[in-house]
Amino acid sequence: MTTEGGVQYNKIAEIKGPLVIVGDVENAAFDELVEIETNEGERRLGKVLEVGFGKAIVQVFEGTNGLSIAGTNAKFVGKVMEMPVSKEVLGRVFDGLGRPKDGLPDPIADKFVDINGEPMNPEQREYPKDFIQTGVSVIDGLMTLVRGQKLPIFSGSGMSHNLLAAQIARQASVVGTQDDFAVVFAAIGVQYSEAEYFRRSLEESGALKRSVLFLNTADDPAIERIITPRVALTVAEYLAFDLGMHVLVVMTDMTNYAEALREISAAREEVPGRKGYPGYLYTDLSTIYERAGKLNGRKGSVTQVPILSMPSDDITHPIPDLTGYITEGQIVVGRDLFRQGIYPPINILMSLSRLMKDGIGEGSTRADHAEVANQVYDAYSRAQEVRALAGIVGKAGLTEIDLKYMDVGDIFEKEFLTQATDENRTIEETLGILWKIVSKLPKNEITKIKDKFVDQYYKEE
Amino acid sequence: MAAKGRIVWVSGPAVRADGMSEAKMYETVTVGNSKLVGEVIRLTGDVAFIQVYESTSGLKPGEPVIGTGNPLSVLLGPGIIGQLYDGIQRPLRELSKASGSFIGRGITTTPVDMTKKYHFVPTTSVGDEVAGGNVLGTVQETDLIEHSIMVPPDNPGGKITNIVSEGDYDLETEIATSEKDGQTISLKMYHKWPVRKPRPYKARYDPTVPLLTGQRVIDTFFPIAKGGTGSIPGAFGTGKTVTLHQIAKWADSQVVVYIGCGERGNEMTEVLVEFPHLKDPRSGKPLMDRTVLVANTSNMPVAAREASIYTGVTIAEYYRDMGKDVVLVADSTSRWAEALREMSGRLEEMPAEEGYPSYLASRLAEFYERAGRVKAVGSPDRDGSVTLIGAVSPSGGDFTEPVTTHTMRFIKTFWALDAKLAYSRHYPSINWMNSYSGYLADIAKWWRENISEDWFSIRSEAYSILQREDTLKEIVRLLGPEALPDEEKLILEVARMIKIGLLQQNSFDDVDTFCSPEKQYKLMKLLVDFYKRGQQAIKEGTPISDIRAMSVISSLLKARMDVKDDEMPKLDQLDIEMQEQFKSITGVKVSN
Repeated sequence: MTTEGGVQYNKIAEIKGPLVIVGDVENAAFDELVEIETNEGERRLGKVLEVGFGKAIVQVFEGTNGLSIAGTNAKFVGKVMEMPVSKEVLGRVFDGLGRPKDGLPDPIADKFVDINGEPMNPEQREYPKDFIQTGVSVIDGLMTLVRGQKLPIFSGSGMSHNLLAAQIARQASVVGTQDDFAVVFAAIGVQYSEAEYFRRSLEESGALKRSVLFLNTADDPAIERIITPRVALTVAEYLAFDLGMHVLVVMTDMTNYAEALREISAAREEVPGRKGYPGYLYTDLSTIYERAGKLNGRKGSVTQVPILSMPSDDITHPIPDLTGYITEGQIVVGRDLFRQGIYPPINILMSLSRLMKDGIGEGSTRADHAEVANQVYDAYSRAQEVRALAGIVGKAGLTEIDLKYMDVGDIFEKEFLTQATDENRTIEETLGILWKIVSKLPKNEITKIKDKFVDQYYKEE
Repeated sequence: MAAKGRIVWVSGPAVRADGMSEAKMYETVTVGNSKLVGEVIRLTGDVAFIQVYESTSGLKPGEPVIGTGNPLSVLLGPGIIGQLYDGIQRPLRELSKASGSFIGRGITTTPVDMTKKYHFVPTTSVGDEVAGGNVLGTVQETDLIEHSIMVPPDNPGGKITNIVSEGDYDLETEIATSEKDGQTISLKMYHKWPVRKPRPYKARYDPTVPLLTGQRVIDTFFPIAKGGTGSIPGAFGTGKTVTLHQIAKWADSQVVVYIGCGERGNEMTEVLVEFPHLKDPRSGKPLMDRTVLVANTSNMPVAAREASIYTGVTIAEYYRDMGKDVVLVADSTSRWAEALREMSGRLEEMPAEEGYPSYLASRLAEFYERAGRVKAVGSPDRDGSVTLIGAVSPSGGDFTEPVTTHTMRFIKTFWALDAKLAYSRHYPSINWMNSYSGYLADIAKWWRENISEDWFSIRSEAYSILQREDTLKEIVRLLGPEALPDEEKLILEVARMIKIGLLQQNSFDDVDTFCSPEKQYKLMKLLVDFYKRGQQAIKEGTPISDIRAMSVISSLLKARMDVKDDEMPKLDQLDIEMQEQFKSITGVKVSN
């Protein structure tokens, strides 16, 4: 973080929450980076949220703890916050603001990049359609991930989303290619142990050398979390679009990010939207999620797997709700399945990958993929209805075909969904199990698959 | 005299500037040294409150603000079709030439290529009296669009003193001059129109012609009329965008304006990649030849998102004035409302529900009132329509939130998307109990005259089966399906068939993606006939299990995918098959 030049001001008018209001300011710019220095020589970073009428409202990333009106200087750096990037960032660990945390010196910068990025021109985007094999059946088969997609994991506290994200990061590959790939991991206010689990998992699989870690753990300043995903994505964009790598970005936990945003909004006394979150939460989240993608004429891609915990497992809570409106689908972790000890406990009915249709089919997975997946979705949804019914009327009140669907539900969960954390299934294996499930149904129940595929793959036992 | 002021305050997309006493409300201004585009939205003394359409990062108090004297306007002329614009009609293709893969700031460019030559065929001659809206001549804009060059509606017109002969001209060429009250008026192939001002028309008609979308649940159950208004609310993942893309692809209109308002970048890319390859089912030409895209994705500046809706609807009205049927699809009006909310918050206005400004309802009403089937101003007589379809993204999927409830007051067709249906992969997940169409009675005449005399009664029967199933489901939930008598089990069975064989439609299937009105009617009639025959069979003592075991069911359910639009005899064949199978199961009973 370079801090040469700039104008220094001593007159701090007010300190409240994460904000410092500097008086008698001239020549400060909106969004400009600010260095706050205490009498003791401690330096903190911030940025201008609002400027005018001789005042600048500065948001301090490391918090305002210990700052005083008399003993604080604010230096306006003359530019927006930038992140130094180069190939050397690979294998390194940074803090939530992008400063080295591994005891090594700053990487030598190839260039400095505005961490806010600029919106991709939709006309210049390349539509994502390269199938990523994660080796996790439920994802590859029913909610396929493609390069350049943003596919979040909606989870709840204490569930196995980190195991799943780490498994995806270890196993993700595009079959039949040797392209460079990298993992960027951003820990946003998570417990140290979770961040450490992820780091170790990358280390054990030998992927750490092509990973970059940004760690803001639960005991780090909350406001810093506003910056963490942005520095991580700035590095990811550089690796992808300057160096041509395929970058998988895992960000956990976006709920902490939104909470930091709410804290600032409250301190600014803004009119809140739902549940006290600012009215611009959607727009703000989109400036993070929309940084996933591919670009015409460039080799690399940025794929995002953000993780967020749904407060009280409520998918209609503003954070998952607004996220779902921006991302290209969602992987929903289900509490019921988790309680039953199933891993990965994915609730397929609530999950969806919007880009799946273009990533699968002939030439990438197999021609029958879409139809067999549709049929399994349909069957599992029937199975859930039947289970609910059986809970009331008992099995005796069910028709024969209902009972078949109940079986299908059980086989689905035991043989398809359930998988070991180190089990890497090929897409052929995954499709094979899907057909095994479909083959448990009588043929006249198969309404979503063309006859030619039924003839080819349906095997009655 | 244009206003010249200085910035005194910056906060996100909102800027205050003083020295602006000359500025007018809704005037566009250039903001700061990098000449960002902004619009005046409040005046207090000599301080103007400006919403800026580009990122204000790095903007400082003291930088200049200069008025342009003009309200936010769009340029209307040949070259619009096939474009991808941002919210203030800057072509994104041109922006990428200036700033590469990411969108830069302060770039000025013209909305269409002013130097491209079009073949102009005059339809007026020297000495003709013209008025605002009169057609001067035509150019072929794309293979599908014959573009009428009109006298601007607010232009006094007068007597034509000069008009060019047939030939190739660019947009800046003066193609005609007219004289009115001693004044000479210069006419070109384009004019500008302020986006917040609806274009005038001569008369308004009742919408009685259906807009055919090829989507069964829409056309057959909840139709929308040309010139009508519709809304499609739904939680995320319920398939709003896919449904809207389907309408944009297959609607039988001549022009489609698709506004991506605060939505995903990849969705616009998808349209851009897909539409040039898709053929219009009626003309066989690429769909892009009739489509205009306005994209202000979620991460693009929020103020331009507010403008994008008006930019789109003004373009739609312009093509309507040529006598064309235009469909405008806005995805999503909720993001537009959020942009209003954000600016309102920065203006420190008193908020109404959920922080939205109190004028949200009136803004929505103004927008939807720009729909309509009209007689255009000027001669010759031209009838055109603008159909407005807006997506709503209710927070938490809750239809009682302000944008959904206010929208419902101003639209006539309501397609309620249902997360439960989407979870069970019933697409399009339009809930048949909660949706409605106010055009049903008006457009029934069209179906009677063009498809079949009994369309309305067959549709009512199909719908009543669905309604009865809905009540029976409550009983099944408590007692299980076996508790019902066979007649009622038949209703459940046929309702299931209607859901799978008629209501569901796979937009990714080559055949199923579009369904002709004839096929829609025949599929529906087959299912209703199945019900009637089933009822008869049960009356005669056939058990429901025999009916369920009929092999024709599977063919009936797959007919939507298996039978192409030009293979209607296959459906007649299915009808015969069904009759025979019913005969055989009832026959078996008799012989026992």
